Amino acid sequence: MSQLQRLLVLVNLLGFTAMLFAFLMLIPAGVSLYLGESTFPAFRDAFLGTLLAGGAVFLASRTRQPLRWPDGFLLVALTWLVLPLVASVPIWLYFNRAGIPITFTHAYFEAASGLTTTGSSVLNHLQSLPTTIHVWRATLTWIGGLGVLVLTVAVLPHLGVGGSQVMRAETPGPMKDEKLTPRIASTAKGMYAIYLGLSAACALAYYLAGMRGTDVFVHMAATVSLGGFSTRDQGLAAFNSPAIEWVAMVFMLISGISFATHFNAIRYRSLGPYRRCAETPYFLAISLGLGVFVSAWLYHRGIYATPEEALRYGMFNTISVVTTTGFANTNYDAWPVFIPLLLLIFSCFTVSSASPGSGLKLIRMVLLLKHARLELLRVVHPRVVAPLRLGARLIDARVMQGILAFLFLYLTTLAIASLLLMGSGLEPMTAFTAALACLNNLGPGLGEVGPAGSYHLFTTFQTWVCTAMMLLGRLELVTVLVLFTPTFWRR
Amino acid sequence: MKIIILGAGRVGTSVAKNLVSERNDITLIDNDPTRLVGLQDRYDLRVLVGSGTHISVLESAGAADADMLIACTASDESNLVACRIARQVFNIPQRIARIRSNEFVDRPDIIGAEGFCIDHLISPERSVTAYLERLVRFPEALQVADFADDNVTIVLVRVGQNSLLLRQTVADIGRMFASTIHVLAIFRDERPIQFSADTVFQIDDEVLVLIETQHLRSVMHELAQVRRQAHRIMIGGGGNIGARIARELSEQGYQVKLIEHDPERCERLASSLPANVLVLNGDVTDEALLEEENIDSIDVFLAVTDQDESNIMSALLAKRMGARRVMSLIARKSYDELMEGSRIDVAVAPDQTTIGELLRYVRRGDVVKVHKIRRGSVEALEAIVHGDANTSRVVGRRLGEIPLPSGATMAAVVRGDSVLLPTDDPVIESGDHVIVLVMRRRLLPQVERLFQVAPSFF
Repeated sequence: MSQLQRLLVLVNLLGFTAMLFAFLMLIPAGVSLYLGESTFPAFRDAFLGTLLAGGAVFLASRTRQPLRWPDGFLLVALTWLVLPLVASVPIWLYFNRAGIPITFTHAYFEAASGLTTTGSSVLNHLQSLPTTIHVWRATLTWIGGLGVLVLTVAVLPHLGVGGSQVMRAETPGPMKDEKLTPRIASTAKGMYAIYLGLSAACALAYYLAGMRGTDVFVHMAATVSLGGFSTRDQGLAAFNSPAIEWVAMVFMLISGISFATHFNAIRYRSLGPYRRCAETPYFLAISLGLGVFVSAWLYHRGIYATPEEALRYGMFNTISVVTTTGFANTNYDAWPVFIPLLLLIFSCFTVSSASPGSGLKLIRMVLLLKHARLELLRVVHPRVVAPLRLGARLIDARVMQGILAFLFLYLTTLAIASLLLMGSGLEPMTAFTAALACLNNLGPGLGEVGPAGSYHLFTTFQTWVCTAMMLLGRLELVTVLVLFTPTFWRR
Repeated sequence: MKIIILGAGRVGTSVAKNLVSERNDITLIDNDPTRLVGLQDRYDLRVLVGSGTHISVLESAGAADADMLIACTASDESNLVACRIARQVFNIPQRIARIRSNEFVDRPDIIGAEGFCIDHLISPERSVTAYLERLVRFPEALQVADFADDNVTIVLVRVGQNSLLLRQTVADIGRMFASTIHVLAIFRDERPIQFSADTVFQIDDEVLVLIETQHLRSVMHELAQVRRQAHRIMIGGGGNIGARIARELSEQGYQVKLIEHDPERCERLASSLPANVLVLNGDVTDEALLEEENIDSIDVFLAVTDQDESNIMSALLAKRMGARRVMSLIARKSYDELMEGSRIDVAVAPDQTTIGELLRYVRRGDVVKVHKIRRGSVEALEAIVHGDANTSRVVGRRLGEIPLPSGATMAAVVRGDSVLLPTDDPVIESGDHVIVLVMRRRLLPQVERLFQVAPSFF
């Protein structure tokens, strides 16, 4: 197969995906018609344009060739480049027609932030935006969460990205030796069902806690996808309701657990899978333990007068940050810098593997710690034979190498992005935390991009760096970086 | 008894040797003639080359009128099939199979009458492991044997320099432990001696005592003047026995290190054993390795490779380098005797434990447990008494009135959970478990007869 034919297969699939994706725009379009908002033309035009363009590409590039396995990397990367592009069209159209011009850079950032479930925004005065735009952003983040689940559960392990093979065996499937395709299909179906159920439950809970209308949909989507979009500039703090914060905390924790584990627990109707899971106990222990520690520290330092208050803010912001959601019920940037930095560092590895969260993922951290412990053991006992084990499972050395390489790429990427942002004129704290928050698909960092700030003051260059970080983080680095190796193209 | 033994491996051969001396009619079958060479000449048994799962071979071995089949080939599958054939084709009344795997242990449907028709499973690895495990729990003992659902334990100890027993009389000891301990026999210079309440324990005496299991721990600690419980264990050899004992001990909370020389076997062990067992790749006789792993802080060193020589050498080395207590598996009887009085604290003959397990089924009467003690020189039997004063020779009599041949001793009677000692002189009832010590093998038939029920009982 020639290079051209291979490209044709990819273009064909991309055209088809874009075409399907266009139908999502009917949701905000419908809402705008129902509410009589002026946003309808933007969504109509974007829908028709995408449908036609996608359809044309799809038909023009029709081919009988199947997709070849190594091109999976390219397909995944291109899909995550093209979808934000498509999703940014109505945003760009609306704002520029409404006389509030925004750049393509900002429109793309906003769409990518939604689809990667990052949840940071370059839009100002969120309260004054039309409902339709909120609905579109929420739709993006919700669908992004779903896409990420399938990506991390089915696609990345198959491509063997960064030792993510370990997650493959954890994913439920009818039989261990079953072919991949039926497993992806059945796994994906299970994920969809759980995600839908969780979304419905979360929406109901928000409604019962006192939210109404679009707020329910937007915050539900932002919670279950661990995104973090809100309808207000202050985020959840604007509601000032402990009940709503409780709902958010519970559902962030549920979403932060591996969906494969949820799937097993539901299938066997038992809590056993949670207990036996290699991540869930650690995840809950870290999230809750750190929350209690932060609360105690805040109270001890006299930031809050009563333990109840300390617990309310300490717990909520801890869970929100470590699950890479990025809600805030107070401006935690005002706390002594130790705490927000601590939370940001934990956000790199607390969330479970098969969840909409991002970062290193807990499973890699667990294995890295075990690996380090074994390394220390080998120093004391040079002749020891101690393979890496996860419960009863043996972890292949190849997987560990993948994880170590992943860690290296992750840290290098973080360093380069921080330096780029710093070099382009940002103060160090903002630069570092912005890079970290985007790479972890968290959202708010500290300083200018803190919970009370926004990314909209960033220059075009800085915004693109952040966009790249979001996409890299979402695609677990390797998927994208492999495209930049000469060997990938030379094959 | 006519006994057919399948498999002339280590287990089969030692079983044959032990049983042949008890006037049994033994036929040994193996498909490897080289293993059989010499056995027929040295022992009074018949050998046959062929597969134990072939009907024709079994037939020519005299399966039609055999009393017992012991299938102990190296393959579980052959043993299973042989038992089934023995039942279905030849109707051999008792069928015993050696099964290595744990898979069938709790599956009466598979091994029982509907499955492979096996009356009793024996597993040499399992019995050796259990034996060693008891020794690790009481490393001061030379042997620990349990009876009557673990209500009673018979312990063999050597009188050492620090022993509490040294220069005490038998009566002193009884007083000291408020009769929770009962001296059964004293061996001096390899011979059992006649003893009375005034007999004084001397250094290097081996003393066989009976202790109620509930007092075992406290009595043993006091007896041997232990300062601290054994905790750090090193196992030399990661074969079946080594792996089993490592698992058992680590699950009981011991800190276990295991040395195995084959790297591939190490990988397998490391991935299947509990994670807190430290698997080390190296030679058990490698001084540098032992030193690296702090042999001098090891409480018990167990040498359990399948090579006697390695076991002996590594145990000696470990002892010299400071291991508190060393135990070694020694399969060859000549080596075992050679190591008598050496620095190896406990030598364990693996076949003795297996034989004990088997003898239970060979002994007449309702024998539930047999332990070979002191390298087989003493046999301790636990039998259940049946019948009434008319049909049984023991029921209704006082313990002291039972006509035991000299060289056999009553150790205890267990009724339910209560232990009655000879000093209580109880009246034997039907259903009692009687533990008898037989010092001379030729007395066994007499003792067996004592506990058999007269034919009129049926």
